[in-house]
Amino acid sequence: MTDTNTTGGYLDMQLMRFTTAGSVDDGKSTLIGRLLYDSKSIFEDQMEAIELTSKRKGEKHVNLALLTDGLRAEREQGITIDVAYRYFATPKRKFIIADTPGHIQYTRNMVTGASTANLAIILIDARNGVIEQTLRHAYIASLLQIPHIVVCINKMDLVDYDEDTYNKIKNQFMEFAPKLDVKDIRFVPISALKGDNVVDRSTVMDWFKGSTLMHILENIYISGDQNYIDPRFPVQYVVRPQSDEYHDYRGYAGRIDGGIFNVGDPVKIFPSGFESKIKSIDTLNESLKSAFAPQSVTMTLEDDIDISRGDMIVKTNNLPESSQDITAMISWFHEKPLRLNGKYFLKHTTSDLRCMVKEISFKMDINTLERNFDDKEVKMNDIARIKIRTTKPIFYDSYRRNRYTGSFILIEEGTNETVGAGMIV
Amino acid sequence: MKKNNINHLRELESESIFILREVASQFENPVMLFSGGKDSIIMFHLARKAFYPAKVPFALMHIDTGHNFEETIKFRDDLAKKYGVEMIVKYVQDSIDEGKAVEESGVGASRNSIQTITLLDGLEELKVDCAMGGGRRDEEKARAKERFFSHRDEFGQWDPKNQRPELWNLFNGKKKPGEHFRVFPISNWTEMDVWQYILMENIDIPSLYFTHKRKVFKRDGSWLAHAPYMQLKDSEELVEMDVRCRTIGDITCTGVTLSKADKLEDIVEEIATTRVTERGGRADDKRSEAAMEDRKKEGYF
Repeated sequence: MTDTNTTGGYLDMQLMRFTTAGSVDDGKSTLIGRLLYDSKSIFEDQMEAIELTSKRKGEKHVNLALLTDGLRAEREQGITIDVAYRYFATPKRKFIIADTPGHIQYTRNMVTGASTANLAIILIDARNGVIEQTLRHAYIASLLQIPHIVVCINKMDLVDYDEDTYNKIKNQFMEFAPKLDVKDIRFVPISALKGDNVVDRSTVMDWFKGSTLMHILENIYISGDQNYIDPRFPVQYVVRPQSDEYHDYRGYAGRIDGGIFNVGDPVKIFPSGFESKIKSIDTLNESLKSAFAPQSVTMTLEDDIDISRGDMIVKTNNLPESSQDITAMISWFHEKPLRLNGKYFLKHTTSDLRCMVKEISFKMDINTLERNFDDKEVKMNDIARIKIRTTKPIFYDSYRRNRYTGSFILIEEGTNETVGAGMIV
Repeated sequence: MKKNNINHLRELESESIFILREVASQFENPVMLFSGGKDSIIMFHLARKAFYPAKVPFALMHIDTGHNFEETIKFRDDLAKKYGVEMIVKYVQDSIDEGKAVEESGVGASRNSIQTITLLDGLEELKVDCAMGGGRRDEEKARAKERFFSHRDEFGQWDPKNQRPELWNLFNGKKKPGEHFRVFPISNWTEMDVWQYILMENIDIPSLYFTHKRKVFKRDGSWLAHAPYMQLKDSEELVEMDVRCRTIGDITCTGVTLSKADKLEDIVEEIATTRVTERGGRADDKRSEAAMEDRKKEGYF
């Protein structure tokens, strides 16, 4: 953090969310520690506290992993259990890191962290090259449609900063890249421990002409990640002041999930099918002429129509899909396997309904990226393609087109636990 | 900013407003916990935005330890009056008088941890099914693992190892009778974001955040404000200094910083250059490495 924060420059800062994936000992915590440390986001008292703990445990170096492992059980077992969120800022951007554990059993955490990320950092240990887990991390990033992947080939200091090693690993990764659905993949050779190419350009790897990791994080173009094409406004809450001043006011509050809405635009409301025009777009500070994703606003319409939470307002010239029969990829989170013909609560945009699982089409072997049509038991951390039937039609886009109108979660009826995350095909 | 771009503060604002509207939609009887500190002040400001032009559709609730800065209480009451919002106040003293809570004694005694008892009793008495708090993930490492929608069992406890995954903007607030939720609308804000936002939106905050002269003493490396019910050790001595609060909580455990910052721009600048976390001055977190995690499991804010 620098003085740019104070001079009004902070009004031009952009928010970027990224996730970090790596196997145990790939140096993920060290990398995060390095990013936080070099961007001066680690404070003296935090540093003192982890120095003390490291010393107490008899460790030679300050263990930066202690910064991210927040729970007692994590520190005791030396593992990361849950998604932890970390924050740092540079004069250009504010960053939110979803730090997800890399163990085999924690696909659910990776999926969670990936669901809102603009970018994924995938770590590879330069000594080991591409391993099974690398494939899995890349597949999840692709499945969740993270727009940008940065593959960091770490521990270059342990392979003598060798260019050939770097190229070999890069080629290994690119061999299976065609199987992925990611448009933007970049590679950086780094040493998180020594700091090479993380924030500062490495002085020993002059053969590398690409950007440092921090340069990518700060400059990569993310404004285009948002869908500005398909206007979608799921109604979240109906604002009715019932005061003298706003006697007949009826506003539809929500967060725009896609596209741009302007005052005067003709709109259609689902499920009723009624049409109207946008009369105003209101916020406490000012009334707006137009609004776009991901703004939270309140709209009023020209006509008095019965609209409630769960309805969706769209533009008449760009309609979403509508169906009760949905095909989706599902990531399963729960110890109890997915039940064929089982009923679940379903949350999609702002609507709550129920659904029944009609078919389990195949399971994805995320280590080989092959489809398994024989074993159809969907257990915790499995990913499968399923067909469901909902109690009433939902209004959606494919997940590839819109992450917010194309996603849903399943909730177990008895326990109320979130058991699965779905991406509509 | 280019067209169709919003800055980081507007994006955080939009996310928080979404959460606040989810709370109003998914719960029957939510309250917003209000301490009079900056985090609860911006949380309330965001709530005004979320429901404009209607009034905020829930009450605020303050757990009063009785050991407050006077300015905080005045600020609290003025705010409730100005915006016509109900302010429920529950007193830790009542829990002590009823024998439900036992007060700590001696040097360093604080009512901070027994607040949880008053809080949980208050939530149960009023049949609250969701309590919103101004906790932020950057404050403390146990908080970094907290969800936006944090499920609490019938004893009000948090089970950090068994939290519901949160994906996209789908928040599962389903619960059984007797259970409740804690919701943290400003989870993703950092201390710097909060101050930049206060500056950008020109939000009123208590004068304690700006420099003022105060009688203070040093304990365990932090400056503490003096109040009549605080015991000083022999080695500690009262001095008058130019200080300001970086966080505002119970007076017995809230450290103050030496500062001459008298306007918001100065505070933002000070935060940008400071090398100590805001909770670094909080005696309640220093009790052990997992102090916050333990308190949170029991039902603390």
